[in-house]
Amino acid sequence: MVTTDAPARSHTKAGRPAGAAASGVPAPTRRPPAARTGAAGTVLVNAALVVASAYFLLPIAWVLIAATKSPGDLSSTFGLWFSDSPQAWQNLVALFTQDDGAFSVWILNSILYSGVGALVATVISTAAGYAFAKYDFPAKEAVFWTILGGVLVPATVIALPLYFLLNSVGLTGSYWSVLLPCMVSPFGVFLARIHANASVPDEVIEAARIDGAGDLRIFASIATRMMTPAIVTIFLFQFVTIWNNYLLPLVMLSDPRRFPITLGLTLWNSQTQRDPSFTTLVVTGSAVSVVLLVVLMVSLQRFWKADLTAGATKG
Amino acid sequence: MSATAIAPSSRRRRPRTPAALWVLLLPFLVMFAAFFVAPIAFAVVDSMFSQQSSGLGLIAPTREFVFLDNYAAALSSPSFVASLGRLVAFSAIEVPFMVVSALALALLLGAAAARFPRAFRVTYFMPYGVPGVIAALLWGFLYIPATSPVLQLLGQVGIDVDPLSSDAVLFAIANIALWGFAGYNMLILIAALDAIPSELYEAARLDGAGEWRMIWHIKLPLIRPSIVLITLFTIIGTLQLFVEPLVLRPLTTAISSDYTPNLAAYNQAFAQGNPNLAAAMAVIVALLAFAFSALFLRIVNRKGNRAW
Repeated sequence: MVTTDAPARSHTKAGRPAGAAASGVPAPTRRPPAARTGAAGTVLVNAALVVASAYFLLPIAWVLIAATKSPGDLSSTFGLWFSDSPQAWQNLVALFTQDDGAFSVWILNSILYSGVGALVATVISTAAGYAFAKYDFPAKEAVFWTILGGVLVPATVIALPLYFLLNSVGLTGSYWSVLLPCMVSPFGVFLARIHANASVPDEVIEAARIDGAGDLRIFASIATRMMTPAIVTIFLFQFVTIWNNYLLPLVMLSDPRRFPITLGLTLWNSQTQRDPSFTTLVVTGSAVSVVLLVVLMVSLQRFWKADLTAGATKG
Repeated sequence: MSATAIAPSSRRRRPRTPAALWVLLLPFLVMFAAFFVAPIAFAVVDSMFSQQSSGLGLIAPTREFVFLDNYAAALSSPSFVASLGRLVAFSAIEVPFMVVSALALALLLGAAAARFPRAFRVTYFMPYGVPGVIAALLWGFLYIPATSPVLQLLGQVGIDVDPLSSDAVLFAIANIALWGFAGYNMLILIAALDAIPSELYEAARLDGAGEWRMIWHIKLPLIRPSIVLITLFTIIGTLQLFVEPLVLRPLTTAISSDYTPNLAAYNQAFAQGNPNLAAAMAVIVALLAFAFSALFLRIVNRKGNRAW
């Protein structure tokens, strides 16, 4: 039993406004019907939800407000309210002009690493997952479980030896040294296998074969279409993983022009002791990157099918 | 259990064109071998060698097989052993903290009384998109009285806390990880809760069960595999501890340069110039990750009710 096909599920939801699915709103939690909860219970539950929101929003609210302050006001005014002389524009100009516009380069690098890395990772792990689901070959299960074991290996254990390995072939310091390792997603193969099993019926493959379609064509034009929700999830998962990655670029890169945002901001952060104006740069840079990612997360949330991840456990 | 879903479909497969199979499979296998298997193998081999630089550095350093000497050196270093202990302590704080929070959020959002569950859900999930480094930078500001509105407010009512003191810093780090990942784990649990057939609730309600009994007797047992999954991922996540202490280090004296095994390994490799010892340290962390995962799965699979 695997929960799949989230879009189909959302149609079955009773009493849901028709436009909700299209407007980017995530499917509501299915609740026990006709529940009776006392007024005290209602207040308690919602109070807890509000307190939790305050917790999750606190650092985001703080950084958005702090990004409008001068270095002096940052520590001399109350953190959750604006100072009398906001200078958001000035901070943004400083952010994007510091070190010849290094910050824009870091954003572009992050997009490059995450976008290209996640795209290739998605293609190759979907193909591999589909192959595991739909073909038999020697030692299949052993190979699959070895790959799955890769999920358990801490990333830090890979990054250090990988540096020495790539150093011996002269790749360290290049875009490739970060991009190539990011193209491997064992978890993606796992998800793809489970969802190829669940959502690509063997009958469809047989029928396409009888019609004379080659195996690769069946995969590329039929199976991938049926696996779309899983493919999107694999892409997003890998995109965020690469975007959030720090150790790998830290180990591999030395030229700031190739840094992703995470590494760039810590580079500036390391200079705050010497020059306090870097604090404002770090704060404003953090605010901009938080806004970027939060916009991305919220707008993509409806594609983020956590039930695909959860379904994996029920296989 | 995942094998049951996979088995029936793999039975009837007769590859007509093995060529297609290799086109599908090889790109991943090659990449996996190059960027997963090779580094691990390299680390294992490297951890058993030692660089001997002789004389005044006039002669090129020689490589010498020392078998387990690097492991012995790592495990007899008090600071490395301390960092391992710290990591286990961190795991012991973070894992229950994370799982209980994610579970509480998922159950609260699933409660019939919850208003605006979608808006709350997005809010809790948002921090997942904030890189760990930036999360650590932000919380760093919130941990210093000069810039933290929370500490200032607490100070005004006479409560002075220092999250970065040596007693509290592990919790301060755990909080950063919780903030970043609780929402994601919550989503996984919500998806599992959504998959519970509503007839079960109706039947339970007819039998007179209240919300608590439904949580205890229906929801928790049925989402157990997902709880196991997020616990496992959290265990592995905690063993990677690296970024948060690295970022918080300039703010406090409570964090040393080899605060966690990963920091120690990083230092050995790049500051101390001892990649062999670093490799041994990395392998020890990997073994710890496997041991913890295996131990955890063993415990949850006791009593014959296999979760995975």
